[in-house]
Amino acid sequence: MSDEISDETLLDLHRRMVRIRRFEETAGKMMEDGKVPGALHLYVGEEAIASGVMTHLSNEDQITSTHRGHGHLIAKGGEFDRMFAELLGRVTGYCKGKGGSMHISNLDLGMLGANGIVGAGLTIAVGAAFSNKFRKTDNVTCCFFGDGASNEGSFHEAANMAALFKLPVVFVCENNGYGEYTSQANHQAIVDVADRAPGYGMPGVVVDGMDVIAVYEAAGLAIARARAGEGPTLLECKTYRFYDHVGVRGMGLSYRSDEEVAAWQKKDPIDLFESRLAEQGILSPEAAKAVHDETLAEVISAVKFAEDSPFPEPSSLTEDVYA
Amino acid sequence: MAEAQTEEPRTLSYVAAITEGVRTVMQEQPNAFVAGEDVAGAGGVFGTYKGLLKEFGPDRIFDTPISEKAIVGLGVGASATGCRPIIDVMFMDFLGECMDEVTNQLAKMRYMFGGHATLPVTLLTMAGAGMSMAAQHSQSLEAWLCHLPGLKVCMPTTPYDAKGLIIAAARDDNPVIVILNKMSLAITGEVPEESYAIPLGQANIVRSGTNYTIVAIGRMVHEALKAVDKLKSLGIDAEIIDPRTLQPFDSATVIDSVKKTHRALVVHEAVRFGGIGGEITAQIQEQAFDFLDAPIARVGAPFSPVPFSPALEKLYVPNADSIVAAAKQQLGL
Repeated sequence: MSDEISDETLLDLHRRMVRIRRFEETAGKMMEDGKVPGALHLYVGEEAIASGVMTHLSNEDQITSTHRGHGHLIAKGGEFDRMFAELLGRVTGYCKGKGGSMHISNLDLGMLGANGIVGAGLTIAVGAAFSNKFRKTDNVTCCFFGDGASNEGSFHEAANMAALFKLPVVFVCENNGYGEYTSQANHQAIVDVADRAPGYGMPGVVVDGMDVIAVYEAAGLAIARARAGEGPTLLECKTYRFYDHVGVRGMGLSYRSDEEVAAWQKKDPIDLFESRLAEQGILSPEAAKAVHDETLAEVISAVKFAEDSPFPEPSSLTEDVYA
Repeated sequence: MAEAQTEEPRTLSYVAAITEGVRTVMQEQPNAFVAGEDVAGAGGVFGTYKGLLKEFGPDRIFDTPISEKAIVGLGVGASATGCRPIIDVMFMDFLGECMDEVTNQLAKMRYMFGGHATLPVTLLTMAGAGMSMAAQHSQSLEAWLCHLPGLKVCMPTTPYDAKGLIIAAARDDNPVIVILNKMSLAITGEVPEESYAIPLGQANIVRSGTNYTIVAIGRMVHEALKAVDKLKSLGIDAEIIDPRTLQPFDSATVIDSVKKTHRALVVHEAVRFGGIGGEITAQIQEQAFDFLDAPIARVGAPFSPVPFSPALEKLYVPNADSIVAAAKQQLGL
């Protein structure tokens, strides 16, 4: 199937995934070392989803994100230096240090914010999609949310309204099998969140969220459908969170087995894709390693930028409350 | 307007003034739209949007499902991407359904994003008791909203204020909640035909007085006016201040008045405990303590949900008599 996808796009998909992985591994290490205030929710393991979706979007297309939002912003074009600066609460961060990991955003890139409230992005995405239609643009909004969020009332209200108004939105469910520390089997009686889509009058599609090409192709169809004014799609991507809900192994909780984690790690979306690209002669292992190395160098320089950046001035404490 | 003409000033009802305010906004702002339950086909359950569907068409005023979270979320997402939404939450009591969207999204997005988001949402909602609509359709919950940095909150009490505050809210680049009062819909008053905005954060001295300040919130302005004669017979010449906007709050007008009158009473229809009256009272004692000749009186509803039975509801909602009674108790008269 990937014959139809240009080499340029394949390399773009790879690069986006590597950028997320290298950023998150370093961010996780920094959190473990106590260098990051607050909490981080890492996207490691889920990179194929953000990358596969965002490759179809321009800066004028919007996304809404989740508490696990770094990967979405990186795939949407976020710059490492300003992201690390935000994670460290520095004034050079995307939110001047006022949002941190859970509220990282960049409206110029169409990234309407990570969100600390599970499910909150769903209705905001409906609003952005409505706005695209109202302003007569052909832009689309992609709404990322988890299996946990699919149990919030906001999911129901947003799905119903988007389908009713035929809004240009794609609901991208990142089903990583856990709502925080509670397994999907313990939080809903269904296996496929996409099963809910027909109940709202929209198509539901399930794809392997560890396969970036599968995500890319399914997202392409759903986004094209939205752009054409044919309404929303619920795209469920089966995936897995390699690290804990918060941090790397921050809380040492025994809610899932090491065997389960190891089995999913064998499906590492970057490893799988790199093998495939090597087999097809598109990217040699050496060239892939070079992408990792270059990205890591960029990460290291961005961390230095962040650490060298000043904290916000005390006078800024109550600024930006009102326009 | 100030031309010397013999023409009668034009009067409108409170509900018609609301409609005219929204109509003016829709005319002035091409990116404004109205979304809410029953706003289009029915013209609003209180008639506040009557005729607007015909005038502006279904692209600009439309009915939504009964989904308050999605309605307010629609306003958040649309305003962050270039629209100026007018969002209707039919009864203020229904804010419970969308309090996350109001509290954690609408109010906070600008700050959380370091000032990079602008959310020009005007949220209209209907408050107030007095129609036997019982505990879930009668509340005055303004204190919830005034506690949230990022929101502006106003409560128009007259037709003039209703039109002018709605236009001001819609011109403001911040989320503004306009709390309307369902018992005031038929009140009539002078309303100019042209567009005008009442600055948010500017109180109105409804009546000048010399030796007593009443800060009256929302519909209680009318009750305070009804109390004037009885108060006069007690030697009280009340100055009545309608803050109009509660967030930001015009402290200066209230403080200046208290410095002149030396005595103050704050009245609102909301439950007294934890009501906005506590904040206003605290501000007066912080800024004008040395000018006070008596403790500040507070009048509000008892600590109970709004009752259904007319017999109980009329005991529940503060009125002119309860204002007079509180003043007498305060001053030992």
